[in-house]
Amino acid sequence: MANLFVLQLLNGVQLGVLLFLIAAGLTLVFGIMDVVNLAHGVLYMVGAYFVATFAALTGSFWWGLLLMLPAAVAVGLILEVVVIRRLYARSHLDQVLATFGLVMIANETVKIVWGVSPLSVPMPEILSGSVPLMGPLQYPVYRIAIIIAGLAVAGGLYLVINHTRIGMLLRAGATNRMMVSALGIDIGKLFAMVFTLGAVLACFAGALVAPILSVDTGMGESVLILTFVVVVIGGIGSIKGAFLGALLVAIVDTLGGVFGPILLREVLDPSAAGQAGRMLAPMLVYILMAAILFARPAGLFGGRA
Amino acid sequence: MAETTAPAAARPARAAALAPRVKAALVLFVLFALVPPVVIALDDPFLILIATRILAYAIAAMALDLILGYGAMVSFGHAAYLGFGTYAVAILSSYGVSDLLLQMLGAILVSALFALVTGAISLRTRGVYFIMITLAFGQMAFFFFISLSAYGGDDGYGLSQRSTLFGSRVLENDVTLYYVTLAVLVGLFALCHRIVGSRFGRVLTGIRENPVRMEAIGFSPFRYQLTAFVISGCMTSVAGVLLANQAEFVSPAFMSWHRSGELIVMVVLGGIGTLTGAIGGAVAALLLEEVLGMMTEHWRLWFGVFLVLMVLFSPRGITGLVAQLRGRDGA
Amino acid sequence: MSRLEIDHLDKSFGALRVTEDVSLTAEPGEIHAIIGPNGAGKTTLIAQISGQLRPDSGAIRLDGRDITRTSMPERVHLGLARSFQITQTLPGFTVLENAALAVQARHGSSFRFWAPVASEAALNDAAMRALDAAGLADRAGARASALSHGEHRRLELACALATEPGVLLLDEPLAGVGGEDADAFVAALRAMKGRFTMLLIEHDMDAVFRLADRVSVLVYGRIIATGTPAEIRADAQVRAAYLGEEEEDAA
Repeated sequence: MANLFVLQLLNGVQLGVLLFLIAAGLTLVFGIMDVVNLAHGVLYMVGAYFVATFAALTGSFWWGLLLMLPAAVAVGLILEVVVIRRLYARSHLDQVLATFGLVMIANETVKIVWGVSPLSVPMPEILSGSVPLMGPLQYPVYRIAIIIAGLAVAGGLYLVINHTRIGMLLRAGATNRMMVSALGIDIGKLFAMVFTLGAVLACFAGALVAPILSVDTGMGESVLILTFVVVVIGGIGSIKGAFLGALLVAIVDTLGGVFGPILLREVLDPSAAGQAGRMLAPMLVYILMAAILFARPAGLFGGRA
Repeated sequence: MAETTAPAAARPARAAALAPRVKAALVLFVLFALVPPVVIALDDPFLILIATRILAYAIAAMALDLILGYGAMVSFGHAAYLGFGTYAVAILSSYGVSDLLLQMLGAILVSALFALVTGAISLRTRGVYFIMITLAFGQMAFFFFISLSAYGGDDGYGLSQRSTLFGSRVLENDVTLYYVTLAVLVGLFALCHRIVGSRFGRVLTGIRENPVRMEAIGFSPFRYQLTAFVISGCMTSVAGVLLANQAEFVSPAFMSWHRSGELIVMVVLGGIGTLTGAIGGAVAALLLEEVLGMMTEHWRLWFGVFLVLMVLFSPRGITGLVAQLRGRDGA
Repeated sequence: MSRLEIDHLDKSFGALRVTEDVSLTAEPGEIHAIIGPNGAGKTTLIAQISGQLRPDSGAIRLDGRDITRTSMPERVHLGLARSFQITQTLPGFTVLENAALAVQARHGSSFRFWAPVASEAALNDAAMRALDAAGLADRAGARASALSHGEHRRLELACALATEPGVLLLDEPLAGVGGEDADAFVAALRAMKGRFTMLLIEHDMDAVFRLADRVSVLVYGRIIATGTPAEIRADAQVRAAYLGEEEEDAA
């Protein structure tokens, strides 16, 4: 039991760092630009497709990952310049419609370019296999690598946000947009940079997860909504909130699915517990969100609702 | 009434301004009523099912317009209520309750409860938060029905028969089902029209126009917005009951977040805050989908392009474009 | 008993004390004006009295009842209405509809979903009376967004009147209104004198001294003097802090 718990906790942390990579960009875009971007999940999917393509072309996951980065920058910049930039001054309803259109375009384009059957990305040799954790418990090296990579990016973001001029602007912008424009900063450039950074992080998350998931067109969708939950729980504009929210959501989601039925078995008979557990588990994160919002409408670290 | 320069922005419900819109709706209803004879003449019975589907979505779009257009609440989780309606049919009929009206009642009760709870939480927030939270709650309902393995889970559940009406199986006839759906649409349009022009409707529109002013003259926005949210959810679930009968099949696909997005598209296409427009928008969006679908399997690509271009190339967005057009013919 | 009683009110934003130990009363039928230079905290004070902001400490009583923690809409139902310095109307509604909605707030339930509100004679009649009192009856059918600045100010007043208040809080009703418009406005307020208790925040000294029974002077969040217009005019401290400055401006 304890082993299972540790295993699932690690799985939760692994999902959590991925969610954080996606949520970090999204929360900045919401907080600083006040734009609803439904197409953010698309970037996660595109990152996975990029790494699949480049890895297949070069025969190396590492080259694939490296080539994915400039491609992700390009996608982010193009998206910002062609569409997102024109949405800053628009109503939320317009933003919803346009980015919803982008989701449709992206999903179909991916189908046209890469086909409908899922792609797989071979795991790099050096990160395959498992390591012993405690006792008989083994854990895949690659998942540990994801956790380390995610934490490294989180650490880097923390340094940038708290110890650089750009980071200072981002923090100021997320809580008070007017202030940044009052500082005489080129808002257009700052926005383009933030959006592109968010796009690269989301692509990076998709690329990281590609070797352990099948890469297909639906993969951005479920993650998008979980990311929304993360951003809402953490508080819009807060990187710290996104980090804690991502871990919270991922761990509750992962542990709830496994231990919910086990706990319910204590109070219900096994078949009823299994049934109730299966129904409740996928709803847990939303119930968590509801509970947190009920207490704090602006999220854990949100300044304004 | 002394009409001065009507700004393109929002307009409240006024008897004088609504009259042409009501006329347009009546014309639409007459055209709808003429569909079955034409389809029978064309000898293509499948068309009647498509038309029934369009009418059911028109009900849902109109219900959404009540809060989106008149209440300025961008709910991105309205497909959940379609789902409650469809599953009310599947679940109740598996327990022997096959009466259409009882199923509608069941769908309404569940929807009212869900809307009351999720609305109360969502309405404590504004703007971006509201959109994302309604989306998340919609997704919660989606996952709930996916895990409902007794009713097929992800794969959905085929209905053994359509609902009965007063103990009779008249709805098995596609034309009867069509006319029943049309009757529900007309009835709910009348209801929405009265609500919009009522005391309640005026308060709701006032909150859209300026919530601070409303508080200063003694209205707490929350309770009115929540009431409208619940009404809208209940009406949408009625559309779901009809959709289940049309498809004779229920599945979580009815409540995916794409469906919620499509409902918003319908409302906006026809012009938000007009009721009639939502009906027209549902017709236009679904016909566009059918036509594009016939031309290419990648119709979603072109639908997406159409959406993006529409938002980008209207000076004040789709909402502004529609208001402009309306301002012009409304003059 | 005073109709409105402000008792040792305090409010800070961070280190900035915007309201400092403010106490004042408004007696039945009285017009009590609050004057003060820009940044004196007048609008913050009105916001606390109307319920938009919550004070840090102190109490607000309406007809002896403590309303310090009562929400803005509830205060309206208890008979406390306000106008805004920055116009807050319903731009898409007609002038009549703006006022009728304010009437509706105090008359009957708004959870009525069927009967058309536009043909409710009782609402429209009461709204017309409020418009008439504010001098806006001839514009009843115009859309609020089409009004001139002066007309907007009068609509603000009409909406406050339409809630049938006992106490009226007016936040710079004359802001940006000049000449004949201002005279007409002052005349309208004078005609209403005695029917309501009014707490008037105003920049226009001329209007204040013509209308007010009592004047309080607010400087940096504190009340430095309260008295009749004549007393205030003669108060040396006030002259130094405020009136002198005005005269310099005028010069």
